[in-house]
Amino acid sequence: MTLNTSRRGFLKGAAATAAVLYVGARPDGAIAAANAEGAMLNPFVKISSDGTVTAIIKHFEKGQGPATGLTTLIAEEMGVPIEDVAYEFAPSDAGIYNNLLFGPFQGTGGSTAMANSFMQYRQAGAAARDMLLQAAANAWNVEMVELSLEDGIIKGAGHEAHLAEFVGTAAQIAAPAEPRLKDPSEFKLIGNEAVRRKDTPPKINGTATYAMDLHLDNQMIALIAHSPRMGGLVAGFDDSDAKGIKGFIRATELPNKAGVAVFAENTWAALQAREALVVDWDFSAAEARSSDEIRDQLLAAVNADPEYNVTGTDQAQVAASIDSAATVLDETFYFPLLAHAPMEPLTCTIEATADGGVLLHDGCQMPTGPHMALSQILQLPMEKVQINTLFAGGSFGRRATPTADYQVEAALAFAVTDRTRPVKLVWTREDDITGGYYRPAFAHRVRVGLDEAGTIVGWDHRIAGQSIMKGTPFEDFAVHDGVDHSSIEGVPDSPYAIPGQFVGLTDVAKATTVLWWRSVGHTHTAYVMETMIDMAAKAAGRDPVAFRLALLKGGETDQARIAGVLQLAADKGGWGKAADGRTQGIAVHKSFGSYVAELVEISGNAHDGVQIEKVTCAVDCGIAVNPDVIKAQMEGGIGYGLGHAMRNEITLTEGAVDQSNFPDYEPLRIGDIGAIDVHIVPSAESPTGVGEPGTPPSAPALANAIAATGQRVTSLPMVNNGVSFS
Amino acid sequence: MAMTLKLNGATRDVDAEPGTPLLWVIRDELKLTGTKFGCGVASCGACTVHLDGEPVRSCQTYVEDVEGAEITTIEGLNSDVSTAVQQAWTELDVVQCGYCQSGQIMSAVGLLTENAQPTVEEIDSYMDGNACRCATYQRIRAAIQRASQIMEA
Repeated sequence: MTLNTSRRGFLKGAAATAAVLYVGARPDGAIAAANAEGAMLNPFVKISSDGTVTAIIKHFEKGQGPATGLTTLIAEEMGVPIEDVAYEFAPSDAGIYNNLLFGPFQGTGGSTAMANSFMQYRQAGAAARDMLLQAAANAWNVEMVELSLEDGIIKGAGHEAHLAEFVGTAAQIAAPAEPRLKDPSEFKLIGNEAVRRKDTPPKINGTATYAMDLHLDNQMIALIAHSPRMGGLVAGFDDSDAKGIKGFIRATELPNKAGVAVFAENTWAALQAREALVVDWDFSAAEARSSDEIRDQLLAAVNADPEYNVTGTDQAQVAASIDSAATVLDETFYFPLLAHAPMEPLTCTIEATADGGVLLHDGCQMPTGPHMALSQILQLPMEKVQINTLFAGGSFGRRATPTADYQVEAALAFAVTDRTRPVKLVWTREDDITGGYYRPAFAHRVRVGLDEAGTIVGWDHRIAGQSIMKGTPFEDFAVHDGVDHSSIEGVPDSPYAIPGQFVGLTDVAKATTVLWWRSVGHTHTAYVMETMIDMAAKAAGRDPVAFRLALLKGGETDQARIAGVLQLAADKGGWGKAADGRTQGIAVHKSFGSYVAELVEISGNAHDGVQIEKVTCAVDCGIAVNPDVIKAQMEGGIGYGLGHAMRNEITLTEGAVDQSNFPDYEPLRIGDIGAIDVHIVPSAESPTGVGEPGTPPSAPALANAIAATGQRVTSLPMVNNGVSFS
Repeated sequence: MAMTLKLNGATRDVDAEPGTPLLWVIRDELKLTGTKFGCGVASCGACTVHLDGEPVRSCQTYVEDVEGAEITTIEGLNSDVSTAVQQAWTELDVVQCGYCQSGQIMSAVGLLTENAQPTVEEIDSYMDGNACRCATYQRIRAAIQRASQIMEA
C-alpha cells in the first residue's frame, strides 16, 4: 500500500523528475495527450510531476468569468480541488483553441465561452483523470474501474496515493478516445455556489497585470493623434512644440495616414507631446454629417417600404389586417450611437522576439484577427507572430473589432520604428469615447392591431440601421439574403405567438464605424418588443405578465423556458404587490440561447425624478456551471443596460464626436440602482451564455415601470426624452 | 527634477517634472501598476490613492504637491480596515474585470476609516466618484457593509 497521500508527502519521497502530462486536442478535435518529450505546445490542461494542475484558458478574461469557469470544468472531471488548479491564458492557435461556434477562429464573443467549451474542457479533464487512474491501476496491478480520483487522491482496491505519483507513467499512456464524463449527479464543483472566482486575489491587491500595466525594458509609449472627424487623413504636422518636452522621442505619420504616432519615454511625456502636436487634416473623405441627419435618415427609412422583407410575409395583407383592427398601436423608436467605454482604455504592446518575429501583449479578445493582421502588416509568417493574452479591463465588445483596429494601429506604429524597442500603444479615455466603433443607431416603427377581445391580429415591424456584419469577415456567417441577422435578432424569432407578423429591414449607408455592443441587436430589439407588448397588454386591458404568458402557450421549448423565467421573476419580485409609492415594470427576452426576465421597481416619476429601487432577475441558462458568476453577470448586464438607457448617447456634429470623456458620457454610478436580486432556474440543458443576456430586458423593464407612472419613452437615452432621475 | 516621496512606508527618490500627475509617477516611474489610469480627469476614481490617509485622485494630484505627505497605494495597504475590506471583497467575489477595483478598495478603506458603520446612503454618497463599468456596485455596497461587520467583530 502506498502511504504518500499528500502532494507534499509525495514530493519529499520522490526523486525530482521532469515528467509532464499534457492533455489537449488535435486540430481535428480528437482528445490527445503528450508528455514532456513529446511536448504538446498547446494543451487544455497540463499536470506537472509535482502534481500541479494548470488549466489553459482559451477565452480571454474581461471579468465574465472563463478563468473560473473553464478551470471548474477541468477540476470537476479530474477530481482535484479547484483551489489547487492554476490557470494560464492560451496562446494564439486557431487550430487548437478555436471557438467551436466560430469555426477556425479563436475568439471570445456572443456569450459563447462556456457554451462551446463545456464538453471540450470536461473531456480534457476526464481524459487526464482516466490516464492517471490507468497508470495507477497498472502500477498496483488492479482494474482501473476499481479506482477513483477525488480531491487529488487516487484510491481503491486497498491503495491510496496522490495523483502526482503517476504523472510520469500516465504521460506514456494514449489518451482515451471517449473518457467517461461524470453524470451530473456526481458534480461537486459544477453548480456549486461556493466555488470562488479564480481571479479575485490578484484583482484586490494590485498585482493583476492588465495590458495597460505592462512595462517592458526599453519600451516606448506611443499615442496616436487621431482625426477629429471620422475618416480624416493626415496632410502634414508640426511637432516643434513637442520637441521641448522631456521624454518626447519623435512623431511619425502612420503609413495609412490615419494618424500621427507620438513616441515618448513615458506616458505623461507622450500625453503632453500629443497635446503640443499640430496636425493638418485632410477631411475630403471624412464623415461630414451630424447625428441629427443620421437620425432623420433612419426615421425616414422606417416610414418607407423596407429594403428587405425578413419574414417573407405579405406586407400589404398584414397592413390591411392592422388597419381593420379594433385598436391600432403605432410607435416609432430611436436608439442612439453608444460607446462601449471599458474601464481599461485600449492598449497593447508589440516587441520583437529573438527569432525575428514579434510578440503582442494584449487583453486579446479575438487572437486570430490581430494574429493575421500583424502577420500582414509586419510581413511576418504567422508562426513568427505570438500573442500573450493578459487580463482585459472590460470590453463589452470593444476589444473585438473585425478590423483588429487598435492592434493594427500598434503594428503600424511599431512598423515605423526600427523595431528594436517595444512599442506600447496607449489610448486615453478621449481616444476611446471619440474613437469610433459604436453600437449603431437604429430606428424601429411598429404597428400592432388588436381585435375587440384584445388579441393581436397583425404586427408590422420595420427596422432601419447600419449593418454591423456587412463588409467584415463575419458577413458569410451572419448575413443571409442581404439581411444582417444582428440587425433584427429578437424580432422575427420572438417566442411570442404573434399572428400576422411582418418584419422589414432597411440598411442605411455607412454612417460611422459600428460594432457589436453587449448583446448586439438585442440592445434595441428587446426594448421595442417588450415595450410594444406592454402597450398591447395595456390596450387589451390585461395584466402585462398574464398577457405575455398567454402568448407563450404554444408548447414550444422556447416558450416554456421564457414563460418560466417570466413567472419566476414575477413571483420573486412580488409582481403586482409594489409598496406604496412604487411602480413596477417587467420585460423578458431570449438572447444567446439564454432566457432572462427582469422586474424593475421604481419610486418617483418621470417629471419629479425616478429612482430605481430594486431589480429582480430570473435567468435560465441551462446548467449553471458557476452560479455566483452567473449572478454577477446578470447584475452587471442589468447595470450596463440601465445606465446607457438612462443617460448615454454618442452624437456627432459635422462628423466629429461631441462627447469625449466620462463627464459627458456619464457612467452608471453606485447610487443609481438600489438592489438587484438574481434567481437561476435549475436546468439540465446545455449551458448557454450569461455575459450578454442580462442586458436586453433591463431597459424595457425600466421603461415599462416609468410608463406606469404616465410617461412612455420610445427614444433613448431617457434623460434626453423627458425623464429625470433622482 | 529630483524629488523624494514617502510611499507605502518607504522613501522613494523620483525624477519627475513639476506638473506631472502623481498617477504617472506611481505607474511609470515607480512601476506600481495597481493604481489605474481610467479617465485622467478625476471622473472615474480608478487612480485613487491615499494622501495622509485620505483618498485622492492621483491623476489630478501633482507630484510637487505631495512631497512630505504619506502616499499609500493599493500595494501598500496594511491596516485592520484594509484587511477587513479585502476579506469582504474576497468573500463576496466583488470583482469582474477588476480594473476599477483598486480604486474602489482605496475609497472603501477611506470611508470605513472615517465612518466604521456607514449607512447605505453614506456608502452611495462616498463611493459616487468610483465608476465601475462592469456595474459591480451592489457587491461593492454589500462588501463595505460586510467589512464593517468584520471590523466590529
